[in-house]
Amino acid sequence: MEITERSAAHIARDVNGGTISAREVTDAVLAHIDAVDGDVGSYLTVLHEHARAAAARVDERVKAGEKLPLAGVPLAVKDNMCLTGTRTTAGSKILERWQAPYTATAVERMIEAGAIPVGKANMDEFAMGSSCENSALGVTKNPYDLSRVPGGSSGGSAAAVAAFEAAIGMGSDTGGSIREPGAFCNLVGFKPTYGRVSRYGLIAFASSLDQIGPLTRTVEDAAIAYEAMAGWDRMDSTSIKRYVEPVSRELRTDLRGLKIGIVKEFDTKALGAETHAVYEQAYRDLQALGAELVDVTLPTADYGLATYYLIAPAECSSNLARFDGVRYGLRVEGADVNEMYEKTRAAGFGPEVKRRILIGTYALSSGYYDAYYVRAQKARTLIADDFRKAFASCDLIAAPATSSPAFQFNAKSDPYSMYLMDYYTIPMSLAGLPALSVPCGWVTPPGGDCEMPMGLQLTSPLFTESLLLGAAHAYEQKTKHASKHKPLLGEVPVHRG
Amino acid sequence: MSDTVSARAAGGTHEVGGGEAGPQRHSNWEAVIGIECHVELKTETKMFCGCRNEFGGEPNTKVCPVCLALPGALPVANHAAIEHMISAGLAFDAEIPAFSKFDRKNYFYPDMPKDYQISQYDMPLTVGGAVRYWLEDGTVKECRLTRIHLEEDTGKSTHAGSGDGRIAGSTYSLVDFNRAGVPLMECVSEPEIHSADEAVGYLEALRRTLQQIGVSDVKMEEGSLRCDANVSIRPAGSKELGTKTEIKNMNSFRSVYRAIESEIERQISLVEAGERIVQETRGWDEVRGVTHSMRSKEQAHDYRYFPDPDLVPLEVERVDVDRLRAELPELPIARFERYTKELGLDVKQATQLIDNLPLATYFDAVVKANNNPKQSTNFVLGDLSRLANETETPVHESPVTPQHVAELITLVEAKTINSKIAKDLVERMWRGEGSPKAIVEREGLAQTSDPTAIVAFIEEVLTANEKSVTDYKAGKTNVMGFLVGQVMKASKGKADPQLVNQLMKQKLES
Repeated sequence: MEITERSAAHIARDVNGGTISAREVTDAVLAHIDAVDGDVGSYLTVLHEHARAAAARVDERVKAGEKLPLAGVPLAVKDNMCLTGTRTTAGSKILERWQAPYTATAVERMIEAGAIPVGKANMDEFAMGSSCENSALGVTKNPYDLSRVPGGSSGGSAAAVAAFEAAIGMGSDTGGSIREPGAFCNLVGFKPTYGRVSRYGLIAFASSLDQIGPLTRTVEDAAIAYEAMAGWDRMDSTSIKRYVEPVSRELRTDLRGLKIGIVKEFDTKALGAETHAVYEQAYRDLQALGAELVDVTLPTADYGLATYYLIAPAECSSNLARFDGVRYGLRVEGADVNEMYEKTRAAGFGPEVKRRILIGTYALSSGYYDAYYVRAQKARTLIADDFRKAFASCDLIAAPATSSPAFQFNAKSDPYSMYLMDYYTIPMSLAGLPALSVPCGWVTPPGGDCEMPMGLQLTSPLFTESLLLGAAHAYEQKTKHASKHKPLLGEVPVHRG
Repeated sequence: MSDTVSARAAGGTHEVGGGEAGPQRHSNWEAVIGIECHVELKTETKMFCGCRNEFGGEPNTKVCPVCLALPGALPVANHAAIEHMISAGLAFDAEIPAFSKFDRKNYFYPDMPKDYQISQYDMPLTVGGAVRYWLEDGTVKECRLTRIHLEEDTGKSTHAGSGDGRIAGSTYSLVDFNRAGVPLMECVSEPEIHSADEAVGYLEALRRTLQQIGVSDVKMEEGSLRCDANVSIRPAGSKELGTKTEIKNMNSFRSVYRAIESEIERQISLVEAGERIVQETRGWDEVRGVTHSMRSKEQAHDYRYFPDPDLVPLEVERVDVDRLRAELPELPIARFERYTKELGLDVKQATQLIDNLPLATYFDAVVKANNNPKQSTNFVLGDLSRLANETETPVHESPVTPQHVAELITLVEAKTINSKIAKDLVERMWRGEGSPKAIVEREGLAQTSDPTAIVAFIEEVLTANEKSVTDYKAGKTNVMGFLVGQVMKASKGKADPQLVNQLMKQKLES
């Protein structure tokens, strides 16, 4: 197996065992990036020198006898995470030339565990989007069909892992930004419980929803990455002081004794016959693994999108105020400070970011605050309550990750149709629950000429990552959907099916 | 303390504003004043990061990703500041709710790094409370607090190119973020203050209290105490509020006094001339002694407050509140009432002690040891304070212990020594000679009250001063003083002066 195609677990085992050095892995990955990234566009910055220096440090540590869970594992870091000395843009013109002077806690922990950051991955500007098309700085394509989007907002990290330009991608998920690109790129996309992974050094979009997590080609890799990045951080008051149980060693291979809820309101018939069949099959596979399927109801889940599009913009309108041209980033001079603010922000932010700042500013304005923000918070509480009630009768909930496979560029021209991409992932985000998408089959999208991957979304109660990853592992090991097709790189996509 | 003295001096002469007609005109009008203070809390580190909380320093040297609001940085609340807030709330008899939170106050300003300020909106750490303060005549007043809440300070802007440091006409501005993120307590009073004197009394009480409970340095000159005043007037007896102006740029208590006086005069003159008061912000011009309009149209800010999602809600434990309450020292107002009501000190003496806490502690120790507040006041605020000034050594750092002073007072009370000897002894104790009782015993300085011994001294003096005796008998009775003095001298100051007087008179008139 090509070095670049190996799983993180495999690479770490070999590097720790001395059969290959971190430097060799890194060189192979960098060479592969140089060969394919012109087509895929996963990275905004490739960290050639930085990665080689990091690999040398890992090799020294291994030589000194350390066993590192991610020894030599090539890592794609979403470009909204700070890494000292690297350009960190959040996909925005306003930070196009900004060099981070500090490293995000989660990234630091991955490096400490032996991972090698090989590049800063493209993303929708400030993580606002579901296709990576909102990046102001580059285009990222889906490695399974270069005419299609990789999903978003962690599209660069997803594409990098799918195209073997990294073994682990670090993403951030606010309303589905890890799970949706995971589904689109045939990956495991895992969003831990809100508060499990420190947000310190993650450029904020919506603070009460943002959560860092891994994008990987296997569930085992997701578990290893999660173990490395999770845990309380004194620099983030919203991170949880709670033991992170080792999950990767005891991943289960069946679902016996588990009750899995199927959400009554998430009727997949409307998604088209092929997609419906994929999900129906997925539920049957869960049953075949020993799970008991139960019907659950999430009556308020339908309000998720509306709730999310008040809370997230409200928080972002405030979080993004700091990009004012005073201290760092883009500055466009003006006659006075107010004009400087206006010109800087007009030039620095893209249309989707501006739209959300406007919505959020409006929602928080006096006279509207109670009608919008306060009501949205109440709806959020009700949605979380619905999940709590549902989990009284089941251990996990299975649902679609997305309503369709990856779409073509410019297919979602009006914002609302793009927002709908997160319909199934947003309720879990609002409830703070751990959730992941795992490959569950392939469909040929309308007008498409090759099969594209779909993702099954699993979610479980707060802090039950161990249960969640174990169930996903059992499902993955039985179905092995991911290995049906390989990404087509440097080739014209051909008809498959 | 100098603020206090000068502010009151200014008040006494009414040198400000509309001039001599002031006091009479004031009687037809009542001023209504509310005061808003910002107090920097004294903590090791800033409110939401680990940077040092210290005044000054090279610009932008006490900064980090958090207080510079770099992308991705997050705040972590400083618990020492939260405890300081609770202590302040308890000192002002406020309620401490079990639950509190931080909110974001959103507005753009170049020296505010995040372009929002972390503050507290509807659930501050303390609710209600009042500042009790006293005036020069000893009246104790109370002004209720609208709110006290915790927030973070901004950086400081310097505007260059305009000549006067103002933003208008400047060509560029520099920002120093050393102060950004320093914990700041905002304290807003109800409009229950009715004169410049009361305003200064209120501020003095606030400052003394916060300083003595150890939560702030409260230095106006370093900006750790900043205040604005809302001033309006209404016909005396009226219950309605008039149109208010907000007065800024007051850099000392004296400024506060003068600015409020000036503004009251200005408003009375306007209204009496049939004009309207405009609601506006006015700046105090220290040099010209007047307020001037800064912003006539108040910008209607919509701060879009909402709970800060980066910070978890604060749950205040009852045990912590009880502990902080137990740790509070005796508060200035309690001390004032104890000194004036229980110990009989006058307002000036009480204030002098309260504003010099080590001296007050010393004084308390003296009183405790001898239970003679009057003599204790005399010695501590009299001879000892004079020596402290002369030698530039605080009383409590001098070799004189409170026990020594108490001993001395006991010697005076028992008439073992007279006041002259006592004064000498204080000087000697200050030089480090130790226990006054020991000195008296060692040197036989005890007062002579033995009539036989005193008569012997008198006879000796009268024999030596025959002329004076003749003069006295001729009616020049004022030589009596001289003769008594001679007896005291002959007794080396030890004779009981009263007894000398009495016996001398008998002798001369016999």
